[in-house]
Amino acid sequence: MKKLFGIALAAALGLGMASAQAEDKLKVGFIYVGPIGDHGWSYQHNQGRLAIEAAFGDKVETTYIENVSEGPDAERAIERLARDGAGLIFTTSFGFMNPTLKVAKKFPDVKFEHATGYKRADNVSTYSARFYEGRYIIGQIAAKMSKTGTAGYIGSFPIPEVVRGINSFMLGAQSVNPDFKIKVVWVNSWYDPGKEADAAKALLDQGADVISQHTDSPAPLQVAEERGAVGFGQASDMIKFAPNAQLTAIVDDWSVYYVNRVQAALDGTWKSEDIWGGLAKDMVLMAPFTNLPEDIANEAAAMTDKIRSGEFHPFTGPIFKQNGEVAVEDGIILDDGALLGMNWYVKGIDDQLPQ
Amino acid sequence: MGAFESILLTVITAATPLLLAAIGELVVERSGVLNLGVEGMMIVGAVMGFAGAQATGSPYLGAVFALLSGMGMALLFGFLTLHLVANQVATGLALTLLGLGLSGMIGEAFVGQPGIRLTGIEIPVLSDLPLVGRLLFGQDVLVYLSLALVAGVSYVLFRTRAGLIIRAVGDNHASAHALGVSVLKVRYLAVLFGGACAGLAGGYLSLVYTPQWVEGMTAGRGWIALALVVFATWRPLRVLAGAYLFGAVGILQFHAQAHGVAIPSQFMSALPYVATIAVLVIISRNRILTRVNTPACLGRPFVPDR
Amino acid sequence: MRLELEKRPERSTLMALLSPVIAIALTLVTGAVLFAALGQNPAVALYMFFIDPLTASWSLQELVVKATPLILIGVGLAVCFLSNTWNIGAEGQFTAGALAGSMLPILLPGFESFLTLPLMLLMGIAGGMLWGGIPAFLKVRFGTNEILTSLMLVYISQLLLDWLVRGPWRDPEGFNFPESRVFSDAATLPALADGRMHVGAIFAVIAVLALSVVLLKTLKGFEIRVLGQAPRAGRFAGFSRNKIIVFAFLLSGGLAGLAGISEVSGSVNQLTPVISPGYGFTAIIVAFLGRLNPIGIFFSGFLLALSYLGGEAAQVTLGISDKTTRVFQGLLLFYVLACDTLILYRIRFTRPGVSAKGA
Repeated sequence: MKKLFGIALAAALGLGMASAQAEDKLKVGFIYVGPIGDHGWSYQHNQGRLAIEAAFGDKVETTYIENVSEGPDAERAIERLARDGAGLIFTTSFGFMNPTLKVAKKFPDVKFEHATGYKRADNVSTYSARFYEGRYIIGQIAAKMSKTGTAGYIGSFPIPEVVRGINSFMLGAQSVNPDFKIKVVWVNSWYDPGKEADAAKALLDQGADVISQHTDSPAPLQVAEERGAVGFGQASDMIKFAPNAQLTAIVDDWSVYYVNRVQAALDGTWKSEDIWGGLAKDMVLMAPFTNLPEDIANEAAAMTDKIRSGEFHPFTGPIFKQNGEVAVEDGIILDDGALLGMNWYVKGIDDQLPQ
Repeated sequence: MGAFESILLTVITAATPLLLAAIGELVVERSGVLNLGVEGMMIVGAVMGFAGAQATGSPYLGAVFALLSGMGMALLFGFLTLHLVANQVATGLALTLLGLGLSGMIGEAFVGQPGIRLTGIEIPVLSDLPLVGRLLFGQDVLVYLSLALVAGVSYVLFRTRAGLIIRAVGDNHASAHALGVSVLKVRYLAVLFGGACAGLAGGYLSLVYTPQWVEGMTAGRGWIALALVVFATWRPLRVLAGAYLFGAVGILQFHAQAHGVAIPSQFMSALPYVATIAVLVIISRNRILTRVNTPACLGRPFVPDR
Repeated sequence: MRLELEKRPERSTLMALLSPVIAIALTLVTGAVLFAALGQNPAVALYMFFIDPLTASWSLQELVVKATPLILIGVGLAVCFLSNTWNIGAEGQFTAGALAGSMLPILLPGFESFLTLPLMLLMGIAGGMLWGGIPAFLKVRFGTNEILTSLMLVYISQLLLDWLVRGPWRDPEGFNFPESRVFSDAATLPALADGRMHVGAIFAVIAVLALSVVLLKTLKGFEIRVLGQAPRAGRFAGFSRNKIIVFAFLLSGGLAGLAGISEVSGSVNQLTPVISPGYGFTAIIVAFLGRLNPIGIFFSGFLLALSYLGGEAAQVTLGISDKTTRVFQGLLLFYVLACDTLILYRIRFTRPGVSAKGA
């Protein structure tokens, strides 16, 4: 009964509301998987949203829903934005892939952008950042700075994105020291400062003297700072948390991309694309090289330029898998499809991937 | 610093917030009240500890802020469950919900700000002793406080009249009332003590463990503290053992991983929980022991008949 | 002034009806103050929270989708709590049910027949019962505290799910991303209308009605309540405490499992590392908010679902943050819980000194 009444009420009121909302302004909506206060993944996407507001002022209006669980709630949250009149919606986590496509089907006139996924439609673009480019650079720095020849690596989940980062880091390190060792610890969380700190301590206790992380909190860097070790920031420049320990940071910067896409939507030139940008597209930035001897800092800057200009690609063969099998032939660059689904380690990594 | 020693240091840090929160909840439950809102009080303690340290520049005052804010949350819980006899389970869960939201609101300005660390104390000579120096004489005050609390709670509960009253209230509030004990007053004090401990535990996270504020940084530690109390069959020394065991299992799984033990990390992460169930089954086979220690009136509201 | 409670001679029927009204009124007043303090127009903010989700067919359907698992789990938990059995691990039973039921479409994707769905649902129920059966068994056999074991099993089930979708049950065409394959149409619960409302809602209604009858009209219901309120009397009456523990856990586990597989099949259509935004825990609040009465739980499930949807509406249209929503939800719950006191008690304010000291 209640339902029937409600649906009748909806028919009476809902239609009126929808038509009243037509406006000239472009509404841009965002769905975040975490709280914008995580100072990591969602925080950086929200910085991108703020950049849109700063760039376009009155021409656009932005809204967001934070802390959207990647389960049954996702589709509703995305649909809410679409129904609220958003013309362009960014869904900023992999788990929103299928919900985004479902809602996009229902709203063919709304443009969607899904981060880090691989399924597209006429009104659904995908975008991601080549963080692995930065990981190669920090791998080289780590090998140069390490006295023990061992780095600790804190992983979140063994997904291709993270595995790719570990491989790139290792390739960078091996280009400096072929015998370089890497210890990998999975914390099964994207941000849990306590666990990340525990993992960092365990790695330092086991002989690592450089810490790299693919989790979002500055806790590992704080541990490095306290213990006199060094490390790298993740997602944002974390120098404030570790003024003596941070060597550089791989910064997720979505603002350039977001501003471009909003511009395209305003101009009417937006179309469904798959954009995977790195240093060259300013989607990945390196924080200033600090606490480093001048020559190492200069070499790192030079490598950054080489990758940015396309002169060098971290996954250039020959690359071998753990069992010695050739993964990439000499002189060949691994294609994006293989990079996207990467679930194997390069030779020299002790860890085992769950298959 | 030897590897073993530094692992122990890590375990102490991991165990202390659990211990602080659990020892407080133990007293609460001994008095017959079940406060499931530990996580909520803890997270408010974490943000207020951070805020207090930022505002005053002193991490010690930060810890006081954390303690007081935990008590504030506990007062709310006490008013609802003791004065208004609202259901304790539901109120506790609602308190957690409120705490998570409130801490996020308060903490919005602190995201991305490094905190002020509450550092370990330095005792000349003693702190520099080989092997045991750092371990015994170089901890922060909250570690010593947590240990003192275990000793204190253990003593008060089982060796003093006050402890007898607390246990009497938890075991049979009607008789305690008949003997002239103010059940509500005892329970209020216990709930406030629990809130203070939970707040302090939260403060430990944002001041010592990882001196920063991020939303939801307690990450379920309040629930583990609750589990520890039952795990310890409401005995303070077993809470101590349990907290350190839990801390150790968590740390050792990282060491095993770094050593290259090829077990899926999910199984590693599940280990503490499986271990808890296993230990619990073993403990509970001794039924007399469990029954003696379980507060009989746990979770039952009390309203004096006039 | 001191606040004291005085027990009413009997349960006040008037207050039983009035207390939710008072609670909501108090919430509205507090909410208005809160929103005004945040610089919002209180009337608009409250409209967004409580009315806006009720004004469109799609959001009404979403409301049903959100309330369905809460109600299904909530009524099962009510049986537990009434019989003084503390099942805190419905979230784990939900996950176990989802896992068990999803085995079919994931491991045998080619099996598409009219039997697929019924089998999935049965397996989901069985999975939830199995997961709920563990703490029941440990309790009955060893006397192990069920609060703790059921809670620990939540984490274990979630890690199991995590391992499966990142490892063996990964979508073979999914570039090694942590998701299972998408279920076929034969494995998807049919929708009830044009939106996302699915058949799961009917299960919830059936569960509410069936348990209302069981609890109020049958010997089993009497047994549950007697053992919950007066275990000694129950023993004299020949009721077995152990049997009721097992019954309560299997029933609530099965319902949570049904909720799990319904949610996965009807709403998510695949297994992902996260399949529940905490339904199993929220349902505990729902159960108490509904005073452990199936009909009450039906309404409290909708009330809570409404506050989630309203929170999103307020976030999108007014920029009221998710944190404010949670504070607001917390307040709402506190008021409802506090006002329920009025059903059994009268509140009196007395002056200190005048009030009689306890006996």
